[in-house]
Amino acid sequence: MKALILVGGYGTRLRPLTLSVPKPLVEFCNKPILLHQVEALVKAGVRHVILAVSYMSELLEREMRAQEQRLGIKISLSHEKEPLGTAGPLALARELLTDSEEPFFVLNSDVICDFPFEDMLKFHKNHGKEGTIVVTKVEEPSKYGVVVYEAETGRIHRFVEKPQVFVSNKINAGMYIFCPSMLRRIQLRPTSIEKEIFPVMAEEGHLYAMELQGFWMDIGQPKDFLTGMCMYLQSLRQHAPERLRTGPGFLGNVLVDPTAVIGENCTIGPNVTIGAGVVLEDGVRIKRCTVLRGAHVRSHAWLESSIVGWRCSVGQWVRMENVTVLGEDVIVNDELYINGANVLPHKSISDSVPEPRIIM
Amino acid sequence: MLKAVILIGGPQKGTRFRPLSFEVPKPLFPVAGVPMLQHHIEACSKIPNMKEVLLIGFYQPNEELNRFISSVQQDLKVSVRYLQEYAALGTGGGIYHFRDQILSGSPEAFFVMNADVCSEFPLQDMLNFQKEHGDAHSFIILGTTANRTQSLNYGCIVENDQTSEVLHYVEKPGTFVSDVINCGIYLFTPDIFEHIGAVFQKNQKELMYSYDRTCRVCRDEQSNGWLRAEVIRLEQDIFTTLAGQGKLYVHKTDHFWSQIKSAGSAIYASRLYLNQYHKTHPERLATRRDGGAEIRGNVYIHPTANIDPTAVLGPNVSIGTGVTIGAGVRVRESIVLHGATLQDHSCVLNSIVGWDSTVGKWSRVEGTPSDPNPNDPYAKIDSETLFRDGKLTPSITILGCDVTIPSEVIILNSIVLPHKDLNRSFKNQIIL
Repeated sequence: MKALILVGGYGTRLRPLTLSVPKPLVEFCNKPILLHQVEALVKAGVRHVILAVSYMSELLEREMRAQEQRLGIKISLSHEKEPLGTAGPLALARELLTDSEEPFFVLNSDVICDFPFEDMLKFHKNHGKEGTIVVTKVEEPSKYGVVVYEAETGRIHRFVEKPQVFVSNKINAGMYIFCPSMLRRIQLRPTSIEKEIFPVMAEEGHLYAMELQGFWMDIGQPKDFLTGMCMYLQSLRQHAPERLRTGPGFLGNVLVDPTAVIGENCTIGPNVTIGAGVVLEDGVRIKRCTVLRGAHVRSHAWLESSIVGWRCSVGQWVRMENVTVLGEDVIVNDELYINGANVLPHKSISDSVPEPRIIM
Repeated sequence: MLKAVILIGGPQKGTRFRPLSFEVPKPLFPVAGVPMLQHHIEACSKIPNMKEVLLIGFYQPNEELNRFISSVQQDLKVSVRYLQEYAALGTGGGIYHFRDQILSGSPEAFFVMNADVCSEFPLQDMLNFQKEHGDAHSFIILGTTANRTQSLNYGCIVENDQTSEVLHYVEKPGTFVSDVINCGIYLFTPDIFEHIGAVFQKNQKELMYSYDRTCRVCRDEQSNGWLRAEVIRLEQDIFTTLAGQGKLYVHKTDHFWSQIKSAGSAIYASRLYLNQYHKTHPERLATRRDGGAEIRGNVYIHPTANIDPTAVLGPNVSIGTGVTIGAGVRVRESIVLHGATLQDHSCVLNSIVGWDSTVGKWSRVEGTPSDPNPNDPYAKIDSETLFRDGKLTPSITILGCDVTIPSEVIILNSIVLPHKDLNRSFKNQIIL
């Protein structure tokens, strides 16, 4: 089976992290975002993954070669030289997708959840029509495009973009499965799949909705990245609790890479991810944070709701909070207060940031 | 024989020192580890022939003051007495009221000092200066240089460059007059009372002329009449008149000097005094003992304080009696008053932690320093107003007495009144 992952471009919403590393390779809970999806696809029987990118990255290519070897699958890169919207990339990869009769997956690369690929396949084969969309229930549907469908069969009636009045609380979760025949509907030009393709398919009775069970998050921006992290760790607690770190000094769900070093009298958690080679000195308190590979947090610092980038150095007695994001190799001097700062890579911070702002 | 008079004011004065002044009279607030007044009295006790130090003010007799007076007498072996004014009589009215006490024993001269200044107190220099300038009866004002803009906040002195006579004196002028300002430290001879007496008589006469016995409004006002005649301010009423008459001289110093009007200036004054301790009281400066906490710069630690060896203190930190400082605590540019507790990993910067307060684990108590511009040698600490353009100006964070800060929060640029139990972070607020 095949899968097409819509990776897109520069990942600007996840800057400053994406200034150093292409978004698919940013580690989410200690594993590149893309790998969460690819590994789940492989488990469901996918043997060929196509990455639709609009920005070609050498780093990404090299990493994908390595993963091909490791997972024993084929990974192709489909590079759109001009913007093709959300449907166009499928047309671009037409050759690769139509060399078999089997249905193929399409995923939005920012999505994290308990990937239901096997269920999707079953559901899709069961109704036998051209397309299945995974939907998920959200609290504030008016921020998204909602899907209106028949509860028993899943047959989709229509889509409503950002409804002002409550119509439905199910939104498009960014995961689809299609029969190759649906590709005839898409031309190689900038096309919106939600606005131009889906409504027609729904009209013809060829589009069905499968409701996702469990958590779902679009982790394309830092605030949601952290929320998604909390959800994922909670899911780990249920399905693979042995992967979480417990014991004195660890509260709630905490994921720690085996090569990380943690000092004395620290209190870590709840909802913390500590990456490879990270050093936490004595007396550190971290809550609801991701600390990426190689970072060094000095003694007595206090961190909450923040992302510490690769190889950063956070000084002693620093207080950092309110979705502060430190890009790669940022140095924060001792005793500072960092509130909601967005810090670009290789910066040195020597003054407190008492109110949220961007530091270039 | 010499005497010294220290004007200590009273409870209505010094409102800019709230909430700290709720607990202790401002002149007794500890600066660099000892009560503000003690620095004055120590300087006085070093002058040979200093017979006694008189404290004049309108605080009601209280335990704190009494205890301070008896302990300072014992430690410094100088006689100290408190003379209580029956009402606020002004900087001139107070000494005039007690002139008999001041002159008893016939001192040749006596110093008069404001309690709320921080200074090197070059008293011997002033005595020497007096012998070389004017006649045996001249009066000396200690002056220092301020920058042009800030001079408008002080008493400005125009001096004759050769003779150092004061030609003109204006208190807080609206436009620039001189960059030489009044330090609030004077050396007078008994003649001063003639001049104050003259002003007192003049005030009384004016009152007589404006007082009509048959008018009820006047009768009501009469109950304050004596008071008003007796309220005399040295600066506005005496110096302005004496200027240009060959009696008043200014001795300029460029040693450290600052007013202590607000809590922020108490931290600045602490820094100046702690620095002076290298010369005058090196035993008051903490050093890192074996297995002790790390000390950076000048730090005062009372012997009864309990400090974890992993704490890092300084520069410019004063730790009061019975304070407990936990593991990994960081304190910088701050005053921690007696009985306070700083729990593990907390961080206290540019703040005053009140008596018996508690700062929880990992919490951050932080203020904004109001130091004078370090690049301008004549810059003085700003007379801070609490609000500017309707917003609270960032300033030193003050925790009043018995305040509890929970763990893991931040208290930034805020003032917390006594006996509050906070439950979350606060920034840029006064918490009542």
